Amino acid sequence: MRRFLPLLLLVSYVALLWVPFYNTREPYLWGFPFFYWYMLLWVPIASLLTYVVHRGSRA
Amino acid sequence: MNDIHWTAWSVFGFFFALVTVLGFVASRWKAADLSHLHEWGLGGRRFGTLITWFLLGGDLYTAYTVIAVPALVFGVGAYGFFAMPYTIITYPFVFAVMPRLWNVCRRNHYLTTADFVEGRYGSHWLALAVAVTGVLATMPYIALQLVGMQVVFEAMGFGGMREGSEIALVVAFVVLALYTYSSGLRAPAMIAFVKDIMIYIFVLAAVIIIPAQLGGFGAIFDAADKAFAAKPAVPPTGLILQPAQVTAFASLALGSAFALFLYPHAATGTLAASSANVIRRNAILLPTYSVALGLIALLGYMAIAAHVPAKGNAVVPALIMQSFPEWFAGFCFAAIALGALVPAAIMSIGAANLVTRNIWRPYVNARMSPAQQSSVAKITSLIVKVGALVFVVFLPLEFAINLQLLGGIWILQTFPAVVFGLFTRWFRPLPLLAGWAAGMALGTTLSWLQGVKPVYALPGIGLVYIGLIALLANILVAIAGTVLAAAMKRAPTPDATQPGDFADALTDPR
Repeated sequence: MRRFLPLLLLVSYVALLWVPFYNTREPYLWGFPFFYWYMLLWVPIASLLTYVVHRGSRA
Repeated sequence: MNDIHWTAWSVFGFFFALVTVLGFVASRWKAADLSHLHEWGLGGRRFGTLITWFLLGGDLYTAYTVIAVPALVFGVGAYGFFAMPYTIITYPFVFAVMPRLWNVCRRNHYLTTADFVEGRYGSHWLALAVAVTGVLATMPYIALQLVGMQVVFEAMGFGGMREGSEIALVVAFVVLALYTYSSGLRAPAMIAFVKDIMIYIFVLAAVIIIPAQLGGFGAIFDAADKAFAAKPAVPPTGLILQPAQVTAFASLALGSAFALFLYPHAATGTLAASSANVIRRNAILLPTYSVALGLIALLGYMAIAAHVPAKGNAVVPALIMQSFPEWFAGFCFAAIALGALVPAAIMSIGAANLVTRNIWRPYVNARMSPAQQSSVAKITSLIVKVGALVFVVFLPLEFAINLQLLGGIWILQTFPAVVFGLFTRWFRPLPLLAGWAAGMALGTTLSWLQGVKPVYALPGIGLVYIGLIALLANILVAIAGTVLAAAMKRAPTPDATQPGDFADALTDPR
């Protein structure tokens, strides 16, 4: 399984480059249309995925 | 613009003086012999995780970003946010690629990406192409940092003094040039601590105070939505992307993400790290700046909601002046101006390293001593900055913006030689050079024919970033040429690297 761990690095490419996933206003969060909070949310998610790959390759 | 904001200028002056002192003191930081190029130009490769985080953050998220991204968002809305996916997806790429570059460069004492290309392919012509592309792409980028400074100077005012902002720019740049000359990469590394902390304070204050004044984020987005609805349908604007903008948005994000770390300033900041793991940890930690960038982009909507009496690059300074007390406006302006100095210093050092190692050494004087290399680089860093200054003072702004846009397309054409070279030696240097030339020619032509635009309408797909189209042509030419060379049984060129050079050394700290 560990061999495939680096594939996690590709997940944020799919999530952010396939624009139809998030090119909508609904649902709003704290006044932010979905388009904006989805991208902001992906910052920590992408970091976390990279961290998981990093930990997995060290152990 | 007839009044002078003395309070703002005073606060600004204080911080400028502070970093000037830091810039000169930096020459004694992690003390070493600065007459060696790897000390002057790479800080002796001794920057740990924290310093690298500040250095790269200060390097990549520039003053021009703080000015131009909100200005674009102010003008067109959602499309201006392509910088968000761009600066998120660049880091998985950095994680996978840049530690290999760092390892092979450390093992073989390479100081630039072009050094690596020369060693890997045994071709100083391919290295020259990479180096010249890097220098060409960097010059207008430095010029745009000056533009970033100029707009904050103008917001603080000169009391009607003619050429006031030009004089202020010259003063700031002479000071910058002097401490870069004496301290090398240590100067921007030290100043980046001050700059980044100030930028974070500015951003936090902006996203708390300004929405409170304007009735919350909901009201800000509503105001922007109404403003876009009142605009004509062409060019497309809006709070979310119009269908025609989708492919342009995604391809700009992807192409820019691949291009970013090929720029000399990004490569220099990365190679200055003290280990491959420092780079991996930074690929995890640097996205913090992307959150800041997303919030900075929102300043464009805040400016719409606040009805600032400005447009284009003057939007952010006008919003700051209108929303904050004058002393804090001075603080924010200082943060933006320092946001110009840090990248400008690193860009000029990156360009100087390339000129010294990959243009001067192979073509002018092959027997340079380390001290001679260091002095050529120092002088080049001065020339590069003067060139950028001349650019901004004497040529129309349009020129620098257009060249910077082309620079992004150009730097992406070094991708096959540098990045593929880190994983395989299958490609041959001459086909790579031909691919580079094809990509440069195609990219420049497609952009030029439309009056210097970043995107081109591909039939059946839609608008696509020209840098990516040119890169595809580049790769196809390199593959075809390599297949042809192998079929003709041409002898491969020498490879100075060893297969083990790309992996972490067992003795490195994990």
